Amino acid sequence: MTGLGAERIQVGAGGRLVVDGVDCTAQSGTVTAVIGPNGAGKSTLLRALAAVSRPDSGTVRYGDQDAFALPRRQRARLAALVEQDATTELDLTVADSVALGRLPHEGLWGADLAERDRVVTESLEAVGMVAFADRRVTSLSGGERQRALLAKALAQATPLLLLDEPTNHLDIAAQLATLALLRSMAASGTTVLAALHDLGHAAAYSDSVLVLAGGRVVAAGPTQEVLVPDLIRRVYGVDAVVLTHPGTGRPVLALSEPAPVPTR
Amino acid sequence: MTAPDRTVTAVPGANLRDLVRASRITAVSVGGVLAVLLVVSIAVAVTIGPASIRVDEVWRSIASHLGIGASPLTPLRDGIVWQLRLPRILTAAAVGAGLALSGAVMQALTRNALADPYLLGLSSGASLGAVAVVLLGAGLLLPVAAFGGAMAALVATLALARAAGALTPARTVLAGVAVSSLAGAITSLVIFWTATGDSYREILGWLLGSLASARWEAVAITVGAIAIIGIPLMLVARILDAFAFGDTSAAALGVPVDAVRWVLLGATALLTGAMVSVSGSIGFVGLVLPHAVRLLTGPGHRRLLPLSALAGAIFLVWADTAARDLFAPRELPVGVVTAILGAPVFALLLIRRRGRT
Repeated sequence: MTGLGAERIQVGAGGRLVVDGVDCTAQSGTVTAVIGPNGAGKSTLLRALAAVSRPDSGTVRYGDQDAFALPRRQRARLAALVEQDATTELDLTVADSVALGRLPHEGLWGADLAERDRVVTESLEAVGMVAFADRRVTSLSGGERQRALLAKALAQATPLLLLDEPTNHLDIAAQLATLALLRSMAASGTTVLAALHDLGHAAAYSDSVLVLAGGRVVAAGPTQEVLVPDLIRRVYGVDAVVLTHPGTGRPVLALSEPAPVPTR
Repeated sequence: MTAPDRTVTAVPGANLRDLVRASRITAVSVGGVLAVLLVVSIAVAVTIGPASIRVDEVWRSIASHLGIGASPLTPLRDGIVWQLRLPRILTAAAVGAGLALSGAVMQALTRNALADPYLLGLSSGASLGAVAVVLLGAGLLLPVAAFGGAMAALVATLALARAAGALTPARTVLAGVAVSSLAGAITSLVIFWTATGDSYREILGWLLGSLASARWEAVAITVGAIAIIGIPLMLVARILDAFAFGDTSAAALGVPVDAVRWVLLGATALLTGAMVSVSGSIGFVGLVLPHAVRLLTGPGHRRLLPLSALAGAIFLVWADTAARDLFAPRELPVGVVTAILGAPVFALLLIRRRGRT
């Protein structure tokens, strides 16, 4: 079981701090939602946590190992990143794109094609894309491509899964299916950390939240304790009521524009 | 630390597996067909020319020089095969393979389907180096100068693109155009000030690309470059696939992005420099052949690189045969033939891309 821990992550860009001293932990077997308004530094933080770009300072640990001290391939066997809106010029088939996720396991001369085919098929099935296996990625819609990229990360078979807006471009059924998939990944022991735009999704599908604003942590902790009306008003400037879904028992957020300040 | 187990029944995947396996078989058989086609093309191309030579004479000449018995041809006919035509045709094959390989690798590294050694300024840089040596008599070997020029042009292109911001495909290509124009202008300047009489012809051959002067040294340089640089490139081809979704995605797959990019671009510059040093700058091979092969077998680089190399070799053997025979006894620079064939294909590719995006 591999959890994730990061301390004092600092990333600057264009002369300002995009991520400013962020601490972050994610337990294995849980879904952690990273939320915050646009420009809060969510994507930058995720790239640092995935150790694809070294932050200016701070540490990232996978389990008890320093992520940046690990050999690259070994690191890629521990953590997978699903980027937001990754595009390609290359006309790979969906199956070949997903097979890229096997690279850290196989190396350049990967021999076990049967194993690769098995994992690719399972990953495509998990995101409901088996029928698209032979299509070119460049011919997919935004939502289909997003799911193919998720399948690529699943094929990487890592104990840590980092996702940047994984429900982007998806229709509502695919959004909920993706979130349910993340939950089931967590149930089987994966550490899932996802930047989410939709507060309702964060409320209903995450165990804990990390709230960012202006590159700093505003709040962090168990979702039900942190994602409360007061915080939502402070961070997003909107009013919120937390309800309980009568069917699923999950929290539901009812949001409304802020009530006008009474004049007297 | 094992990955979580996802137990999913794989029944619906049977079709997928068959498909994937079928495409692998296709790639191998396409490769086999191309390899046979290349050998046949070389043998047949040797028979074409003012003196008519039969295919069996080609084999006999080769066999006798390799010391495998066989009665030798008359010295004159043997000279035509062994001293003139065979080295030139083998050089054409190697140059075609090298340029197609370089193009395919560059297209992957710059994530730009229209990239090739021409576009990033490598060819014009190599030409400048070579022309400078021919004309100024600088005490350098031609291949060394061509490589130096290619490398300098590549560094200039990438430095310029970096100075303009992140190394995006569009910036890289625009920087390549700028560097290419400058190198071309300096080449013209050098010619303008120093060329006299005979050297014009030699230089024209350079600028338009010609294999007319290729002998066994040229074969050694180009085949050597393929063996030393081209084959290792094919062996690491899969790493190029990882660049498909961009640098961040490649890094997340454990690829040391910057190191790989610089090492492979350097290797490509070396390969191009070696080719250009014997052939001058021949356009469109690096652009068109990888595209044609992609249409056949898909863009996975482990298939694409070897098949592009084979296709490039066959293409240039025939382009050069056309160049020396179509208007015999006058000879066209082979770069003219590849441009006449390649430019319309390039135009078609542009139109196809518009339809797709």
